[in-house]
Amino acid sequence: MGINLYRIDDRLIHGQVVVGWGQPLNVRFLVLVDDLVASSDWEKELYRMAIPPEMEIFFADVGTAIRDHPRYASDPRPGLLITGDIGSMLRLVKGVKAIGNVNLGGIHHRAGRAEKLRYVFLTPEEEEQLRDLEASGVEVTAQDVPSARAVALPEVLDGESK
Amino acid sequence: MNDAKGGGPDKPRAIVVGHGEFAGGLVSAVGQICGLADKLVVLSMMGKTPEDIEGAIREEIARTGARVIFTDLPAGSATLAARRIVKEDPGVVLVSGVNLATLLDFVFNTEVSPTEAARAAAERGKASLIVVGR
Repeated sequence: MGINLYRIDDRLIHGQVVVGWGQPLNVRFLVLVDDLVASSDWEKELYRMAIPPEMEIFFADVGTAIRDHPRYASDPRPGLLITGDIGSMLRLVKGVKAIGNVNLGGIHHRAGRAEKLRYVFLTPEEEEQLRDLEASGVEVTAQDVPSARAVALPEVLDGESK
Repeated sequence: MNDAKGGGPDKPRAIVVGHGEFAGGLVSAVGQICGLADKLVVLSMMGKTPEDIEGAIREEIARTGARVIFTDLPAGSATLAARRIVKEDPGVVLVSGVNLATLLDFVFNTEVSPTEAARAAAERGKASLIVVGR
């Protein structure tokens, strides 16, 4: 089984992840890759209390996630790995070199970002990071929930589907 | 700012926040049943970052003096935002998993503080979940 979904979502653990994807994929473990969360016991406890009892959660900074990726990938249970930003996923992809697909699940509006989809807003630097992800051999698609259409990266960056 | 009954007799006593139109629908139902929807503030999470959600809840607490936050899912962004607020201000109470029975009990229970009313309402809400049939 291992990691069934690699997702970028600035909300990290929330309803779409735990229920929206967690239920249909029968997710039994989550890997939350975030340097800040991994360094804070309180933040880890906050997210730990948010997940249902049937799920286990691992916290890792990007470096630890690269080191421990073989363990996640060989876990017999279905898993989901999430980063809160594109840069962290890019570092992970370049470090692991075994990630084939990345799901862009939610990058929301803030100053300097332009709307690409209802749930995807990007700075020019983030657009470049996504191109870099695909250049690294990863297929990037945007899809907030399983029932939605997976939007290919060129269409996302084009912004015509918003 | 707040008295024991909440942010004042004419002010909302709680903030309701959830996914999609959940909060608005729930508060609309409270209004339809008992006309007390003005005791609740509706917040939607749609299109908001976790920081936006937390900021919006904080703004409503400051504006209304409400001391209670109702959210829908324990794993939801609103619940996580509310837990950050409760950590800083233990006088605020969070109730996650809110349903209509919870809110109805809460808006009618004006003889105790909003935080006490929230605890009692949560128990009523739990008890309202029943399964009928085989």
